[in-house]
Amino acid sequence: MNETTLISLRDVSKAFDGETVLDAISLDIHDKEFVTLLGPSGCGKTTTLRIIGGFEYPDAGTVIFDGKEINDVPPYKRPVNTVFQKYALFPNMNVFENIAFGLRIKKTSEEEIVTRVKEMLALVNLKGFERRRVNTLSGGQQQRVAIARALINNPKVLLLDEPLGALDLKLRKDMQNELKNMQQKTGITFIYVTHDQEEALSMSDTVVVMSGGKIQQIGSPTTIYNEPINAFVADFIGESNILNGVMISDFKAKFSGQTFKCLDSGFAPNEPVDVVVRPEDVDVVPLDKGMLSGTVTSVTFKGVHYEIIVDIGGFKWMIQTTDFVAVGEIIGLYIEPDAIHVMKKSEFSGMFGDYSSYSDELDRLSDVTEENE
Amino acid sequence: MKKKSILERVAAVPHTVWMIMFIVAPMIFVLFFAFTDINGNFSFINITRLAQYSNVFLLSIGFALIATVICLLIGYPLAYFLAKTKPSTQKILVLLIMLPMWISLLIRTYSLMALLDNGGLLNSLLNQLGLADINIVGTTQGVILGMIYDFLPYMVLPIYTAITKIDPKCLEAASDLGCNNFKVMTKVIIPLSAPGIISGITMVFIPSISTFYISQKLGAGKFDLIGDTIERLFQNVGTYNVGAAISLVMMILITISVVVMNKFSGNDDDGGIIV
Repeated sequence: MNETTLISLRDVSKAFDGETVLDAISLDIHDKEFVTLLGPSGCGKTTTLRIIGGFEYPDAGTVIFDGKEINDVPPYKRPVNTVFQKYALFPNMNVFENIAFGLRIKKTSEEEIVTRVKEMLALVNLKGFERRRVNTLSGGQQQRVAIARALINNPKVLLLDEPLGALDLKLRKDMQNELKNMQQKTGITFIYVTHDQEEALSMSDTVVVMSGGKIQQIGSPTTIYNEPINAFVADFIGESNILNGVMISDFKAKFSGQTFKCLDSGFAPNEPVDVVVRPEDVDVVPLDKGMLSGTVTSVTFKGVHYEIIVDIGGFKWMIQTTDFVAVGEIIGLYIEPDAIHVMKKSEFSGMFGDYSSYSDELDRLSDVTEENE
Repeated sequence: MKKKSILERVAAVPHTVWMIMFIVAPMIFVLFFAFTDINGNFSFINITRLAQYSNVFLLSIGFALIATVICLLIGYPLAYFLAKTKPSTQKILVLLIMLPMWISLLIRTYSLMALLDNGGLLNSLLNQLGLADINIVGTTQGVILGMIYDFLPYMVLPIYTAITKIDPKCLEAASDLGCNNFKVMTKVIIPLSAPGIISGITMVFIPSISTFYISQKLGAGKFDLIGDTIERLFQNVGTYNVGAAISLVMMILITISVVVMNKFSGNDDDGGIIV
């Protein structure tokens, strides 16, 4: 990955009807990078993308592209192309004409158009689809046409607005791989918007986690997952047990009534903190070998592992284990020092409770509503 | 195909009877009169006499074409801006455009005449300002103005509907792919509103070519269009058969224009309003 900064957002703000959608965000995007803007609906990720695309203009702040301010440059003058959420293919044109559209506007010669459209169709695995009308294609095929239509213009940056949102799970996984391959093959910077944290983690070089119009954290997928900066990021990315704790001294954290060894340092003595422990990092051990003990209140079989909820001193932990335990059993739990991640208190502290009200069904419901927006 | 149930057949009876009585039967009468002489004998005499009406046909087609083109030129931008105003204003504006359609064409034409006539509202106003009369009634412009005034809503509404159906993301996509505002208009908005344009043209051209009242009132009887000719021929005893022959030709003309229009709209089966 190249470290030249291609796009810079500096203190960019945007409000719609007096409601702040973006609150002075600053972000650098490097050349050839796969950047994902991740966050729940209404966090400002799509607005950020639209500002980069030129479909919205910032109320304040600057957008810099390749060293030049482009705040007021209209979309058609930007070396950026977009894959829209619902594809936005031209319904009156066939696949060939849709893909050729950008080149036709640039008055490219007919031979070149034919060759390049062919190349694009090969890249997106749609050979032989030239004469098909776009409304006879499946969602996945329309998606590919939309990608080809954007990529044929050799953009410096490809913007993708939840492009896989309308596809079913299997197809989505396949397309994730294909998109990643395409990005590596073409060497084009991808800016990808999604609310699906798994998608973000598996595809990106850099993940930008957003909430409430602000950037919460920028980092590689592993950093974001292993070292979330605050309770929001910890909760949004994957599953996590977020506990109130106190940093007794460097490498020593106290939570759930016990003191644990950890790898974090640089906090004031006895500073109150948020502690994150991922469900997969907790080992179920015999009672006498446990650092903590609790009662199992629910067990769900997930295929690869069991997801169990354990009540430890009134706080419900989620733990993923491959060993079967029964509801009502009292078990011991063991946590390695590197499984403990300590975060400074933030505005999000205490907003994400334990797993006492946790249910799969609710989780799925919220997924569905997000997809339908 | 699925066999129809008895209930479905029974339900279709009134419709079939209606169609036979009021659509098929009159057409057969037209055909019958067109190919018979005054005594009811089979004859081509009416068809051979059509040639003397060629000027009437040309004038009518010319007037209708001019009116349709002007309606399109005025109607398209109007429909476009209508579709771009905010929804609450849009409702009111659409209502205003539709309102005249609820009033009888005859009354509208008559009032337009009253407005434009010598001693009409427009000319009295001009006189008061010390200006000379403008004579519109009885001129070519008068007749065409009447057609435009009467049929413009039929151009605006289908185009407006077609434009509102265009996905705004398609316009963003066009702009994203290198179109400036002008090219977004020519490359995307106009092609995507084509079904509305086709409907609009058909809905203005057909009534324009067959109208008789407008040319009588606003043309002050100076222009003989197809509609006027048919009316006159049917009102006089003994010219029924020629009238029927002209009606037949007009039916064929209209059928041809509808077929041609449908060809233009291609195999796009959505977006059109009628025809």
